[in-house]
Amino acid sequence: MKTEKKWLYGFILAALVIIAFTNPGSAFAQDNTPTDNDVNAIARQMFCPVCENTPLDVCPTEACKDWRELIRLKLTEGWTEQQIKTYFVEQYGARVLAEPPMQGLNLLMYILPPALMLAGAAFLGKAFLSMRQNAERSKISIENDKAAESAEDKYANLIEDEINKREA
Amino acid sequence: MIADFGYGIFLLSFILSIYAVFAAIYGYQTNKYTWVESSRLAMQLTFPLITITSGILVYLLVTDQYHVSFIYEVTSRSMPLYLKITSLWGGQSGSLVFWSWLMSSFATAVTFRKWDRDREFLPWVVVVSSVTLAFFVGLVIFFENPFEKFWQTFNGDVVTAMFQPAGSVPFSPPDGKGLNPLLRHPGMIIHPPMLYLGFVSFVIPFAFAIAALITGRTDDRWTRITRRWTIVAWLFLSIGLILGGRWAYDVLGWGGYWGWDPVEIAAFMPWLVGTAFLHSVMIQEKRGMFKEWNMILIILTYAMVIFGTFLTRSGVLSSVHAFAQSAIGPSFFIFIGVTLVVSTALLIYRWKDLRSEAELTSMLSREALFLLNNLLFISIYIVCFWGVLFPLISELFTGQKVTVGPPFYERATGPLFAALVVLMGIAPLSAWGHSTIKTLGKAAWKPATAAVIGLLAIIFVGKVTNIYAIIGFFAVLFTSFITLYEFWRAAYARSRAQKENLVLSLWRLFGKNRRRYGGYLIHLSIILMAVGIIGLEMFQTETQGTLAQGESLTLGEYKITYNDLAIFDSNDNRNLARATISVEKNGQFVGELHPRRDYFYESQQPMTIPGVRSTIQDDLYIILVDWQPITTEGATFKVYHNPLVNWLWWGSIMMILGSMVAAWPEKDPEPRKVSSNAALAAAD
Repeated sequence: MKTEKKWLYGFILAALVIIAFTNPGSAFAQDNTPTDNDVNAIARQMFCPVCENTPLDVCPTEACKDWRELIRLKLTEGWTEQQIKTYFVEQYGARVLAEPPMQGLNLLMYILPPALMLAGAAFLGKAFLSMRQNAERSKISIENDKAAESAEDKYANLIEDEINKREA
Repeated sequence: MIADFGYGIFLLSFILSIYAVFAAIYGYQTNKYTWVESSRLAMQLTFPLITITSGILVYLLVTDQYHVSFIYEVTSRSMPLYLKITSLWGGQSGSLVFWSWLMSSFATAVTFRKWDRDREFLPWVVVVSSVTLAFFVGLVIFFENPFEKFWQTFNGDVVTAMFQPAGSVPFSPPDGKGLNPLLRHPGMIIHPPMLYLGFVSFVIPFAFAIAALITGRTDDRWTRITRRWTIVAWLFLSIGLILGGRWAYDVLGWGGYWGWDPVEIAAFMPWLVGTAFLHSVMIQEKRGMFKEWNMILIILTYAMVIFGTFLTRSGVLSSVHAFAQSAIGPSFFIFIGVTLVVSTALLIYRWKDLRSEAELTSMLSREALFLLNNLLFISIYIVCFWGVLFPLISELFTGQKVTVGPPFYERATGPLFAALVVLMGIAPLSAWGHSTIKTLGKAAWKPATAAVIGLLAIIFVGKVTNIYAIIGFFAVLFTSFITLYEFWRAAYARSRAQKENLVLSLWRLFGKNRRRYGGYLIHLSIILMAVGIIGLEMFQTETQGTLAQGESLTLGEYKITYNDLAIFDSNDNRNLARATISVEKNGQFVGELHPRRDYFYESQQPMTIPGVRSTIQDDLYIILVDWQPITTEGATFKVYHNPLVNWLWWGSIMMILGSMVAAWPEKDPEPRKVSSNAALAAAD
């Protein structure tokens, strides 16, 4: 009896699983219907190649509306965010992405600005050090000049004193 | 006929500006001042002439003369008068005429100043201003003529030409296409004139810089003369950028004010370099340092002014191929190239004369911190420049178009902007020449403590956990407390010394040193704007849903209920779909909003107008995305919650005030003294 029950439960469970995965109108599938927010979460990372510089989630044209519906369809089919993006890149080129992919010439895009910033900072640092050295050098030379002047004054005073003594 | 007259007058102003260039150079070379004076007068004459041309174009616009192709393109009978007038800058050729008119007015204004002490600058200021003017007037005359008319040939084709082609008859369409609906917004009406004013004002400091390089008078005289021009240029450019942002917020319907669009960046780049120049030039005035760097900055600012106009006018942004086919693109390219080569050659020629009069000895001195400020501004500029240029380079070398969108710019510039805000607080505390950690710490510890207390309140009371927001809030709190503390210290000291009340002391403080305290006001305004930016960038939330009548959608504390949708035609050739939405906040009814979609029949273009509930705390921003056209039973709405965004607009108003204080002419006590003495002597 127990074995029969086991078989019965097993059969019902298997039937439910098969129904759930094969019937498109099943309750399982309806629960997974993507919302507008799910679609927009992906669409906002993409740009339509026709409407320049307008993110896909806010573009009001019919073409962009169709694209959003395509994203919804792909999500319904169980595609991941990355798969959908790759699909659009394959269909329409890398310009649909909000940023160029990090490969080939595009690497320059990411490397050049920080490299120039660092070079600028290094140049400033070097300029500062050389200016400070110049300032210190000129400070030393001014002090030397002052010392030389005071030494000269000392000798001049001595000579002056000697002359005065002799004249007296 | 009147169009021909307008064209003729414009041609005359082109000839005059070319004449002004040669007369000024000849006068300078031969030391014949009458030629220089003649060039000055020629330049002055361009203003009334271009005013007549612009007036004629406006007359053609308001009288619906659609046989002129430009008028047909930008206006229509149903448009109100004010829009017909402002359509002058709604199309390519009209905007170039408008640019030329502003340039001639500024160039003329500068020639009216007293030149007694700076007579050697005059010919070169005339040359630079006239070359710039001649370039823009030439673009209109040879490539983008707004006076071209329609002609119908015998085989029925309609062509555009300035003069009647053989075998054709005049043709006039019954109505025009009308202005692009996106441009029919108060922000967009004022936005281009403000940007252009900023652009042309920056030509004046550049003209003086070039005059200083050519004449060898490379002391700080040219920076002192152009100080006010620079602040005014900066103010106009700032207003232009802000109005552009407001327009985007109100009209483009994506819930934001700045999309890092290349057109926006084209106007932002001269602002970045100009702001760096505005700070750096103070080092030259106070310490006689970085003269060569200031020259580089003003040359770059001018180049960016022309480059910005080039980007938006040449079609290069849509494609490098469109640029090659564009009538004016290559001309712009050559002009920028020639300007840069000539300016750089002059800079190299005078390099030795531009040597600093002092040395940088302390990394915490004000000049060092200003230099750091310059590094940050120029870094942001490099990010922007490269971001705009890279898609063109990619298309040129690989044939593949790429998009450089907001994520790149936000990631690259965010930390730099935060560092700039902190620096804005520290730099005014440091002294010219030398500062130490100890002196800075002594001045900053009180505001820094207040900032930490404020930040703890934000974290624990406001429940803010986003680390970037916390860093941002610390930066704005720290800098705002320091700036306010600076105001307090100075006003308090003055009130004690002069025995005035504190408010009066504060008021008089502005009169005493307008540049400094105007600058502090601008710093405070930037802080307010930063609060708005942090609010929107870090805390914006959104949702979208399709609602049947009576259904609701919730976003945070807000609940919106879709009541109704009305679809009707307006008198000015629009079809409107206007929804009525009830808004509740925490269960309390707070009002109704009416997001709508306008469809313009003439241009066959839709326009999304959001419904916005705006308070100092936040904006609720609703867009009508879609609707059922027959039953009106269902409509899709996108709802944004934009915290603190209003601070951005209030900050903008404060910035205008601050700039006006900084640029306001100082009272000169000398003439009054002399006249009172003379009066006493006369009385004796």
